[in-house]
Parts: sequence; structure tokens; C-alpha cells
Amino acid sequence: MFDFLSFLPRAVMQGIPLMYGSTGETLTEKSGNLNLGIPGIMYVGAISGVIGAFFYEASLASPADFRAFPAVLISLLCALLGSLLMGLLYCFLTVTLRANQNVTGLAMTTFGVGFGNFFGGSLIKLSGNSMPYLALSATSSAFRAYIPAADNWGWFGKLFCSYGFLAYAAIIIALVSSYVLNRTRAGLHLRAVGESPNTADAAGISVTKHKYVATCVGSMVAGLGGLYYVMDYSSGIWSNNAFGDRGWLAIALVIFTIWRPNVGVLSSILFGGLYILHMYIPTGMNLAVKELYKMIPYVVTIIVLVITSMRRKRENQPPASLGLPYFREER
Amino acid sequence: MRNETKREPLFHITKRSVLPWYKAWGIRGGAIVLALIVCALITTLMTHQNPFEVFATIFKASFSTQRRTWVLFQNIAMLLSVSLAVVPAFRMRFWNLGAEGQMLVGGLATAACMICLRDVFPNWLVIVCMVISSIVAGAVWGVIPALFKAKWNTNETLFTLMMNYVAIQLVSYFIIVWEVPKGAGKIGIINQSSQIGWLPSIGGQKYLLNIIIVALLTVVMYIYLNYSKHGYEISVVGESERTAKYVGIEVNKVIIRTMILSGALCGLTGLLLVGGTDHTLTTSITGGRGFTAVMVAWLAKFNPIWMIATSFLLVFLERGAGDISTNFGLNQSFSDILSGIILFFIIGSEFFINYRVSFRHASKQEGKAHV
Amino acid sequence: MDKAIAVEMRHITKRFGSVAANNDVSLTIRRHEILALLGENGSGKTTLMNMLSGIYFPDEGEILVNGKPVVIASPRDAFNLGIGMIHQHFKLVDVLTAAENIILGLEGRKDLKAATARIAEICNTYGFEVDPTQKIYDMSVSQKQMVEIVKVLYRGADILILDEPTAVLTPQETEKLFAVLRNMREDGKAIVIITHKMHEVEALSDRVAVLRQGAYIGEMMTKDTNAQEMTNMMVGHAVALNIVRPEPKDPSPRLEIKNLSVRSDDGILKLDDVSFTVNSGEIFGIAGIAGSGQKELLEAISGLQPIEKGDIIFHNPKKDKPVTFFHKSMKRVRELAKEGMFHDKQGKPVSFDGMSMGEIRKRVESGDVLFREDEIMDLRNKTPLEIRSLGIHLSFVPEDRLGMGLVGNMDMTDNMMLRSYRKGPQGFLDRKRPRDLAEQIIRELEVVTPGTSTPVRKLSGGNVQKVLVGREIAYTPKVLMAAYPVRGLDINSSYTIYNLLNKQKENGVAVIYVGEDLDVLLELADRILVLCGGKVSGIVPGRGADKRKIGMMMTHMGGQTDAE
Repeated sequence: MFDFLSFLPRAVMQGIPLMYGSTGETLTEKSGNLNLGIPGIMYVGAISGVIGAFFYEASLASPADFRAFPAVLISLLCALLGSLLMGLLYCFLTVTLRANQNVTGLAMTTFGVGFGNFFGGSLIKLSGNSMPYLALSATSSAFRAYIPAADNWGWFGKLFCSYGFLAYAAIIIALVSSYVLNRTRAGLHLRAVGESPNTADAAGISVTKHKYVATCVGSMVAGLGGLYYVMDYSSGIWSNNAFGDRGWLAIALVIFTIWRPNVGVLSSILFGGLYILHMYIPTGMNLAVKELYKMIPYVVTIIVLVITSMRRKRENQPPASLGLPYFREER
Repeated sequence: MRNETKREPLFHITKRSVLPWYKAWGIRGGAIVLALIVCALITTLMTHQNPFEVFATIFKASFSTQRRTWVLFQNIAMLLSVSLAVVPAFRMRFWNLGAEGQMLVGGLATAACMICLRDVFPNWLVIVCMVISSIVAGAVWGVIPALFKAKWNTNETLFTLMMNYVAIQLVSYFIIVWEVPKGAGKIGIINQSSQIGWLPSIGGQKYLLNIIIVALLTVVMYIYLNYSKHGYEISVVGESERTAKYVGIEVNKVIIRTMILSGALCGLTGLLLVGGTDHTLTTSITGGRGFTAVMVAWLAKFNPIWMIATSFLLVFLERGAGDISTNFGLNQSFSDILSGIILFFIIGSEFFINYRVSFRHASKQEGKAHV
Repeated sequence: MDKAIAVEMRHITKRFGSVAANNDVSLTIRRHEILALLGENGSGKTTLMNMLSGIYFPDEGEILVNGKPVVIASPRDAFNLGIGMIHQHFKLVDVLTAAENIILGLEGRKDLKAATARIAEICNTYGFEVDPTQKIYDMSVSQKQMVEIVKVLYRGADILILDEPTAVLTPQETEKLFAVLRNMREDGKAIVIITHKMHEVEALSDRVAVLRQGAYIGEMMTKDTNAQEMTNMMVGHAVALNIVRPEPKDPSPRLEIKNLSVRSDDGILKLDDVSFTVNSGEIFGIAGIAGSGQKELLEAISGLQPIEKGDIIFHNPKKDKPVTFFHKSMKRVRELAKEGMFHDKQGKPVSFDGMSMGEIRKRVESGDVLFREDEIMDLRNKTPLEIRSLGIHLSFVPEDRLGMGLVGNMDMTDNMMLRSYRKGPQGFLDRKRPRDLAEQIIRELEVVTPGTSTPVRKLSGGNVQKVLVGREIAYTPKVLMAAYPVRGLDINSSYTIYNLLNKQKENGVAVIYVGEDLDVLLELADRILVLCGGKVSGIVPGRGADKRKIGMMMTHMGGQTDAE
């Protein structure tokens, strides 16, 4: 019997980092920037949060001095700062210096993953842990705290109330992003920049400013995805490369949701489910087949990619200037 | 506000006409020097070592012993090989980010031949099968996104990217199927004693064959891209699909043909890795070269001859950065950070090659580029 | 009576690379006045105005608005100063609605309801019709222009610049626009229209300023001048206005279009049952408002556009000409022989019965196998490659020169090769002949370029066009199609193109000329087909045609009006 009650919350928890990543990347892409550095940025977000939490925990005289609020705040701010810096770097290269977005993005991913693993490795060494991981259980438990009463609410509590605050924040951020994009003037301007920077520029909208802001905010949102992963999903345990390929899956998810963060709420949970499906399908002793199950999310993404390209609805297409640098005095 | 006074823009950017190649490379060289200085500074901060020691380490990493030099050339050859594979696609503006996967399935096909045919065929026939199957496997992996691109204009960047992960899982599956010993989760050296399916080594040098093959490939690719009708069609399709259609080039055919070629060469690289040097199969055998190749090709402006220089540069720096991390007791990932920094500088320097920055308050004479 | 000065531009200079687009230009714009900025294409009118609207920043000189020196570094600065520009290429975002486009760039909360009300108010004042909820990609060209103008008015601009606003409009729409502009003048707005059409200057403007090759030539009150004087200032020297038009020599049908219908990718009927015949040795003009199906027609003929119904019959003038092997298809030669298509020099029928392929080839190569009749082929739904391989030389000078006809980043040699690269040794390119051709074109058409290895995008518009037309003519076409071949060219280059087309016509080529300037069509074409909304509105002889009548045919089928 397939155990939905344990599967669904796990799927949600798997989906949250993807939701952050895809919301962030959607905001970025709406400005016309195809940021392939998102996987690296999520790594940086995660490790920055870990660094913050590590030094906070290390600075305490005794574990009893631990306070949840400053721990959460410090690692949250560190994660935001780290991913903001990455977003700024990407913008500086692609917007100010008009570099090729694909190449810049890939270099950022190399750098970001290296950055994460380097500092992760160094912290593990510093902590004197003999195992290749770092555990920040105190901070993590603050991140994972939920309404204590939820445990008594049966399946309802387990399905809807058993997550840390970052999970709910992800949904709120996705919905707010959707609202901003579709209902506000800022969103209108941003879409105009991504569709036709020339037009936006002529209308007095600062293309550079919008690209910078959207990309940096997008990076910060994506960085939170990394933070959620390490602090909540993995219970505060950092080990190198554990984050894996979720960043790329988040980019795929942007297409899956046809650039709509609100659609992303459910689809990222769906992706999360596909990602862990292999653990829930009994395969007996045949471990090899599990590896094939892990293929499913990617195959599904490919199928969606193909289907959206087959049904060419005008509204479902990527922002028209996606991937192209903008230079006003082009002649 | 009507009468608000504003400052004039401080500087002013215009597009350059063509810059002579030596100036362009001068700017790139400058960027690399700057990047190295920054890297040295960071390393010095982390290790408290003398920066010159850092540079010496970078250099020694590649040239201190003969063996290291061979490894350097082997790494260059492999990176160059993948870069040559992706460059026709890039010239066509087809962003093949799937070289990793195409290499992996090429390697998988190679390993499959080595394992399944070792008791059936003589050595030479196994090698023939390896060559054919790896090339076919890579080509198939490459042509799938191309077919969809041709038919429905499906975004190839993401399609090829996803194909990488499908390939990784496929390889993981077979690694468990073929694992030696059972439960080890890895294959180990294939045909360690019989050496069936091991590509021959020339003059006792394990890497020489690969290096020769890639050198030949470079020349052939240069000629193919610049002097063949196929190469010309690729360029036209890359510059403007509408023009291509207008002169009667069958765009879809070119896309599919080029991706078959691109995938096939990636598969061949997989063969060289598995059959030529490593004699084993892991999911990380490609070492991220499929992505690094994007930079190699882009930095060289998609010119196969310049790609020799850019792949040398990247491998040289990466090996240097690797040695810095081990020699000074830093974690291996430090080299990724240094590589990233160097890449950022090179990527940024392209701006000064393509654009001219002039300061408004500079005197009347033409503004010079500021690097 | 002097009207209040709105804008003063003093000693403005703007360079692009080594080319001065504007050189020491001074200009005054007044309220209560419509200023016509007159000049040929490429004279720097648009560049000058772009510096007012914040798109470009001047290299030298100063700008005063309402008597105060200002810096206009961005379009936003321009808006803040009350300057609004309606560009030739509309600056609208396709996937947004009219209302969203109109409020684009403004500050404050996004309140579509309030915006809709204001839009309705502006529309009522001036008689526009704009549906605020319509998406731009669903709109016609003139609807888009309406949106553009409402957009500027919505911002409360009192200095309006319009860049060639009538280029895409019907005469009737133009009249409406002019009425609106006159109303705005009465409101006290300062209005600049950029144009090169004399009658618009006379009909609309109060004052006219003339630019030539980036320099300011002079200005006068419209009522004090005349078309001749303005033309002289604009072109610098008196130009023979007459285009040569030789009589066609023994015209015979070359291309027959029968009941052709074409749908665009999004299912809109672009050509509806179009039929006509083009003869050899004539210039066949096609007139129509932009977007009436001209592009689809030419692309359908050249095999770039799928056809829904109809036929494109090509008469290959092969009568009494030897069979050649351009297409290397012996099979087709054999089929044609079976149909009795060939005879020898004595007029006896040729049959290949019982001959091997080799023997047939030998026989054909001897040059003694001649076509009995012109070859007649249906090009319906053939790809450009198939048309080529039938041995048909169709030349096509498309509207989009650098996006379709040429590859901007390639040099002249490689661009020459676009048509011929398939020739030469198997698999490899022959660059010698294309290079010779490039050099020949540079010499004969006086192309200004550093050499054959300069990327063509670095050349000026006129030179790009010479390269393209030169290549297409070198293809020795039987049919030469040219879409807007003189758009953006100066007068001298235009005449070069007219001469080239006339020379082709004299060589017996069927020339199809799609034009926007009726005056040119009236003087150049032997016959003029008028398209209206994808249908044939009529075909009139070029000699003695009435311009106004053609104008009516462009907007109403057959030139009949039901309203008036």
C-alpha cells in the first residue's frame, strides 16, 4: 500500500527548495535574464546561512544560551546577503558588462558550488567533526518549529501544519510574486523590460534598474531555497554536494509553470514528489531500478518542455528578450 | 520637476568596430593577469603564503615533472575534444549544454562493449564495436533534442540540460548492474588483466593516442567549419534562420545533422575517456567538461584553433588552482572558486573588447578603453 | 507674430563612430505651431529628434526647454519636460493590452480603471478609437499608432514629435490624423512631424526646417515657399524627377498566379484568391498599404510561405534552347523526352528510347537536344531548394535586407556565396568566384566599403542594398522580385536601383516591384497591381495612371466607395 500520509509531507518538503528556486528564477527571467547560475546561487544561499548559524552557535558560551530568534535571523540575513552578492555579480557581468548570459550563468554555478563546498569543507574541519558533515541542530530546530498542537490534529496537522516557517514563506513569496507581476505597476514594468527592453526604455523605465532589482531579488529568493534545504529539510546537516541538482530542476520548473509563480506552488510539490518517488516504490532487492526511478522528474520536465513548445500559445511563451543583452545605442 | 538640473552622464559607451586581434588578446591577457593577482591575494589571505609562491605552485602544477605535463596535455586533449564537439552546435546558436550526457552515454556504450563482448569477440573487434557504439550512442543522445528543436522549436538549452541527468541515472543503473564486487556500487577497472577493449598506447605513452586523435580532430573541425559547405550552412543558420530559408538551406536538416555530429563527437570523447585512459565508468568521469567546454568555445569565439589556447588556459589554471588547494592545505573545492574568479574576469573583459568607454569630461581626443 | 518658443536646440552634433549623423544643428520649436522637419532618409532627422526624446545623448551642443538649459539623458527626462515622441517603429509591448501599454513607465499605483476612463476621455476629445483591453498583437498598424498617440497625450505631453507618422496609414487615416494634429495645435501644443513627403508638409505644417546629410540647411514659413524650393533644399541640387521607362519588348507571360490564397501561421487569411500574370520584359508594380499581403505574395512565389490554394505557374523560356544540366536530373530529362518536349536543330523530335543513361547524357551534352516549347511548371508548395533544382532562377530582394537577404556579420564574399555556394568541388567551398563577383559589384555599383572582407552590417543602407540587388541580378534571374528596394536610400542610390531594374527589364526579365511611394510606381512600372486587404483591388497600366484613384483602390476594393 502506498503510504500517502508519509509521502505527501515529504513531497512538500522536497518541493519547497524547488519552489524558492523557480520563483526566484521566474522573477529573474521576467526581466529578460536567463540566470543559469541559480544552482550556484542556491548553494551560496545555503552555505551563507550555515556560516552565520555556525558562528552564532560557536560564539555561545554554552548551548543553554541559545536563542532561536537571533539564530534564525542571523542565518536568514547571511543567506540573503550571500545570494544577493551573487545576484549582483551576475547583473554586473551580464547587464553592465553585457556578457553572454549562458556562459556567465555556468561560471557562476561552478563558482557557487565550489564556494559552498569549500566553506562547507572548511567548517567541517573547524568543527572538528570526524564525519564529513556539519550539524547545526539547535538552529535547525528553530527553523523547523511548528505549532505544537498540530501533532494532535491527525492527518490534517501532518499534511498542512507540520512544516517550518520557511515552507509557508515559500508559498507566500510565490503568491506575492504572482500578484506583483500581474497586478502592480512594478510588475507591469518588469514584464515590459523582459518582453521588449527597447519599448520599456522609450517609456522611461530604467531597464538596467529593473534587471538588477529583479535578478537580485530573484537570487535572494532562490538563496532562501538553499537555506530551507539545509536548515529544514536536512535538519541542519551540511554535507558537501548534498544539495545535488535541485537548482537545475528549479530552472526546469520555471518552464513547467509557464513563468507563473502561483502555478509553481503546486507544481513544485509535484516535482518534489517525483523526486522522492523512488523511495516509495517497492523494488525489493533490485537497487539498480531505483536509479531509473530517479530519472522520472527529468523525463517529466522534458515532456512538459515538449508539450508547451507544441502548443504555442502567445501568453505561454518565454519573455521575448530572454537571454539577450540590452544596449540602447545599438545602431 | 521642470527645471530640475541633472548631471550629464559620467561616461558613455559605444560599440566598437572590429578590434585588431592582438589588442583583443591583449585585453584578455590583462584580465587574466588581474584575475591571477586577485586569486593570489585571496590565496595569500587564506594561507598567509607569499603570493609568488602561489604563482610558482600554479606553474609547477603543470610543468614540474614529465608526468604532470603529460596529464596536463591529456586534460587539455579531453577538454578540447568536448569543446570541438559542441562548437558546431554553438556556431549554429544551438546551445548544446548536454555534452555531459552525450559523453556519458558514449562512455556507457564503450563500457558495455568491454564488459559484454569480452568473452565473445577478439580484442580488435571489441574495439571496433566500442568505437561504433559510443559514436552512435552520443549521436542519438544529441539528436533527440535536435529533433524536437527542429519540429517544435523546443528550448534546447533546457532539453539538453535535462538529458544530462537522464544519462547520469542511466549510467548509475548500469553501474549497479555491473558492479564488481556485488554491493560495491562501482565497477572498478574493467578487464584489468586481459586489457580487452583498452585502446592501444603509442610509444608506451598512455595518453599519446588521445592527444594525437584530438589534434587531428582540431584540424579537421577547423577545415569543416570554415571551408566546407556544411560549415557554411551552419554559420548561415546560426546568423539568421530566415536568411537560411531564403536561400534554400533546409534549416531542420542542418540542425539535425549538426547535432548528430556534435553528439557523436561527445560520444567519441566518452570512448577516449573510458577506453583510452580511465578504463572504468563512473557518473563523474566527465569531470564537468561538458560545461567547461561551453566557456572554452565561447572564449575562443567558436574558432577551433583558438580553442587550443583557451582550453590550455583553463586546464592550466584549474590544475594550478587544484595544487594550491592541496599544497596549502585547503579543501579541493578551492580550485572551483579560483577558476570561477578567473572566468569572471575573462567574461567581463569581453565587454572592453566589444565596447568603447569614453569619459564625458575627458579632453576632445577619442576616449580609450579602460581595462 | 512670434509664438512662444518651446524648445531650442543649439549647435547639436552627434556622431556614430566616424559618421556625423548631426553636425552643428540648431533648431527652434514653437508652441501653437506644427513644424515639419524635412529631409531625405538618412539626413539625420530622426537622430536629431531622438536626442530630444532621450534615446540618444548629443556629443556636443545644448538643449533649452522653455528657455532653460536642460539635460535629457533618458526618455524619462524627456517626459518630465513634456516631450513625447511617436516613433516610426512602434514602441509597444505585444503581449500587453492597450491600457497597460499606455500607462507603461508612469508612476503610482496600477489603476487600470482610472486609466481606462482617462483614455476614453482623450479618445473622445480627439476622435480616436482605442479598446483599452485589446492586446497589441491583435491590432492593426493604424490601431497601434492610435495607442502610441494616446500614450503620449496621456502623459500630458505638450511637445509632440511624430516620426513619419503617415508611412503606414491610408490616405483617409492620414486625413484623420492631420485633423487631430491641427486640434492639438489649437490647444497650444508644439508639434514636430518628421517627413520626406512634400504634400504632407504643404497640407499640415506652419513652418518647415530642412536637414541634409546631417546638417541644418534652413527654415521658412510653409506659406512662403513651394515644393520646388523645398525639394532643392532637401536634395541640394535639382534632380531630374523623371524616371526612365522604356517600352516593354515582346512581352510574353512569365509568371501566372492563379487564385492564390495564403494563411499566416496564426490562421489569418493574408492573400485571398489573388490572380494575375507577370510578363517578361516589364516592371510589374505592386501597390498597397503596408501589410496588405505584399510580403506573403512574394514569399509564396519564392517558396517560403505555404500556400492554401491556387497555383503559381512559371513559364521557363526554353523554346529552341538546348537542355542543360543545371539540376543534374537525368530522370526528369527522360520523362520530358517521353512527353515529346524535345527536338533537334533540324526540328525532328528527339526520343531516347532504348538509350542508356550515359548515351542520353552524351546526346544532351552535344547541345543538339532543344526544347520544343517553353517549359511550364507549377511552383505551388515547392521549397526554394526544389525551385532551384528545377533550374528556375527566381531572384528575390526582400524587404528585410540584413535579416533575410544578407547575413550582416558575414563579409561580402560570404554573402555572395549565399546563392552560389552549392557549386564547386564536392563538399568544399569555392570562395574565388564569389570574391570576384563581390569585387565586380563594388566596381560597377560603386559600393562604398573598405573591401570585400568587411562585414556587410558595417555598410550604410544604400550600400547594403546595392550588394543585395547586385547579387540577385548576378544570379541571372528570369523573375526578379524586389520589395521596397529603395526604402531608406538617398536619391542617388534610388536611381541606381531604378536603372538596374530597368536594365533587367530590357534583358527580358519579369520584374516585380513592391513599392510604397506611389509617385515612383507611377513613373517606373508598366502595370500596377493594387492590393487591398489581401485581395486584388485592380490592375492598372502605369502610364497615365491616376494617383488618387490608386490611393482609393488601396483602401477600397476596386476603388469604389460606398460612403461618399
